[in-house]
Amino acid sequence: MTPVLLSRIQFGWVIGWHILLPAFTVGLASFIALLEGLNFATGRAVYLRLSSFWTRVFAVSFGMGVVSGIVMPLQFGTNWSRYADATANVLSPLFAYEGLTAFFLEAAFLGVLLFGRKLVPGWAHFVAAIMVASGTLFSSFWILSANSWMQTPAGYKVVDGRFYPTDWLAVIFNPSFPYRLAHTVVAFYVTTGLVVVGVAAHYLRRGAHREDARLMLSMTLWLLSALVPLQIFLGDQHGLNTLEHQPAKLAAIEAHWVTGARVPLVLFALPDEANATNRATIEVPLLGSLILTHDLNGVVRGLDDFPPDQRPPVAIPFFSFRVMVGLGFLMLALVALSWWLRWRGQLYDSPWFLRLCQWMAPAGFLAVIAGWVTTEVGHQPWVVYGLLRTADAVSPSLTSGDVAVSLAGYVVVYLVMYPFGLVLMARMVRGGPSDAIEAGPVESGRPRGPVTALPAFGQEPRP
Amino acid sequence: MTAAFDFVPLWTLILGLAIFFYVLLDGFDLGVGMLYRFAPDAASRNLVINSIAPIWDGNETWLVLGSVGLLAAFPLAFAIILPAVYFPILIMLLALIFRGAAFEFRFKDAPRRTFWDHAFSYGSALATFAQGIVLGAFIQGFHVEGRHFAGSSLDCFTPFSVFTGVALVFGYGLLGACWLILKTGGEVQVRARRHGRICFVAVLVAVAVVSLWTPAMNPAIAARWFSWPDIAIFSPVPLATLALAIWEWHTLGRGHDASPFIGAIALFVLAYIGIAISMWPMIVPYRYTLWQAASDASTQAFLAVGTLFLLPVIFMYTGWSYWVFRGKVRADIGYH
Repeated sequence: MTPVLLSRIQFGWVIGWHILLPAFTVGLASFIALLEGLNFATGRAVYLRLSSFWTRVFAVSFGMGVVSGIVMPLQFGTNWSRYADATANVLSPLFAYEGLTAFFLEAAFLGVLLFGRKLVPGWAHFVAAIMVASGTLFSSFWILSANSWMQTPAGYKVVDGRFYPTDWLAVIFNPSFPYRLAHTVVAFYVTTGLVVVGVAAHYLRRGAHREDARLMLSMTLWLLSALVPLQIFLGDQHGLNTLEHQPAKLAAIEAHWVTGARVPLVLFALPDEANATNRATIEVPLLGSLILTHDLNGVVRGLDDFPPDQRPPVAIPFFSFRVMVGLGFLMLALVALSWWLRWRGQLYDSPWFLRLCQWMAPAGFLAVIAGWVTTEVGHQPWVVYGLLRTADAVSPSLTSGDVAVSLAGYVVVYLVMYPFGLVLMARMVRGGPSDAIEAGPVESGRPRGPVTALPAFGQEPRP
Repeated sequence: MTAAFDFVPLWTLILGLAIFFYVLLDGFDLGVGMLYRFAPDAASRNLVINSIAPIWDGNETWLVLGSVGLLAAFPLAFAIILPAVYFPILIMLLALIFRGAAFEFRFKDAPRRTFWDHAFSYGSALATFAQGIVLGAFIQGFHVEGRHFAGSSLDCFTPFSVFTGVALVFGYGLLGACWLILKTGGEVQVRARRHGRICFVAVLVAVAVVSLWTPAMNPAIAARWFSWPDIAIFSPVPLATLALAIWEWHTLGRGHDASPFIGAIALFVLAYIGIAISMWPMIVPYRYTLWQAASDASTQAFLAVGTLFLLPVIFMYTGWSYWVFRGKVRADIGYH
């Protein structure tokens, strides 16, 4: 277990857990902003109820996102100091702008959103929700630009083994960025949408919060109707971009060993890296070229086109990609079923469909992780594609012992924090949206009543 | 902007301010967290935690800005210092995770409220202590070869850094006590004034010790402070500290609710200036200066443009969010 391998495991661990939170909070912040807007415009109680409910859930996940997020930039320094030194000139402004345009915005207005409903005018509270949602999107912009630069570097020159910027627009809007940004942000919205649909389905099956649940279910299924097909299209476009700029990654994703034209689509295989071949292959002829290049006669470069020390691992991206795509098509099926049921007027009354919705609630998170595993393992052995190897990026002063200790620390703490957070949010969901919010007059400019869960959860009694 | 313009002084100022704001803002809420365990009953505990609940998030964001700002403006310093303080950073992050989670979980996980109370309080203390170790390690300097830290990950743990760790615990405790004096009343405030005085004495002692220990460790720093005419130029710093100390002691006991906090801020400013005087112009003590560790001019320029516009905007809406939650906290209000 070298410091490099342990540091890679550690990075994968902390970022894998962290990404689950923005995957939820980006979509949720926009949903809350929408509900706040509808509440402000129409004054209907259902919007206020739903907004307050989801805002409480949002608070927990946002807080977890903040504390797991602080780990990330410091991780670059502690474990990847050579990467930090080499790429800082190009990437650090992107990270800094993320902090400046997004984090402060979210944090400042979040306080008002969570606690300030009775302290500020209605329009200001709505604006606060919009600011938080905007912050999450600005954040996605900058961090995905930085990540994309590492995948498809542009606008730079190399001096003494370090990168220097030559064209900032080219750095930010590097070749894979638009595709990764679109695909990831839509993925975030789909992830949140599936959770909301699952929660709504849960209430409908229980016969609780009928009005709220019907509204959530319908609204969100419309959104997913647009976003899921869009996401499949964006995924395809992202794939074309990867074919062009990161052919080794694409070859690994497809377990494609030999360069050729009119290649089949491998649905399932057991990649055998030692022998550069696949076993137990299930494939569809010609479909590979068609899907990957949009041309039946298209050439797809195989792993044989790259020296062995420049090939990514094959098995992991191969399988994680198929998990992601499989989930994507399950989501499409869910959406298609919802159209059919809507047409039949049975959207809220079909128990089998509602159960399916509940089962699909975590599908977005799984797809997000599968997609990120695909793109990041497929990115190896590079940390900056084609230019800086991961193995050359680790902090030279670290011993295996150092990283083993820190990895153990992160594993233990995250395994405590995340399940707790999940259980707490699940409890809040089970409690459901409540009318018992903001009761009573305000004294000394402070809210009188808390936005709490039901008394059964052991809260101290209100005076 | 031409390449000839030297952004280093500007970035030194911006980063210096960012780090100072972090110390101030997260300092008081970590301090409140540490004092939390001395609150004797649920009502006063609620009051204490509610004094910071709406603003801790934004305060902690300055830590991200400080870290990323260091990476952006002085990346060589970032790449050398962070591995050198590997374990203090680890401890700080894990402690901040528990403390951050405790804010939310404490309210919603009533059966385990005691566990989360401890996580909140000890997490705050541990994070503070770790930051103090980083400070001490910084003052002592790093073993550098080329562009890398070449020592071991345990080098940062020395008697001096442990001392600065404890010193910072009292320092943030002072800030936290002053915040509570500002935001609470009744028994909680009385207790805060008492805690404030205790922390204050400890901080003064610590400042005095560090002020003598540092030049004792480092002849160059001793020469900077004690040689003529520098001793005359820099003497306002310790003299102002002394004058401030007298005033602060008095105002902690009996004074306007805002005065102790202002005095504590001033104390931190003076200590900060003192460290800057000792360390200037080193950013990787004692090997690289600010100019040597700086990022490319294009990087500094590109970031400066946005930062100079965004920082005032950030101050404005952060200030507004503090203003929304102005006034005293009430015990019967539970957030969430």
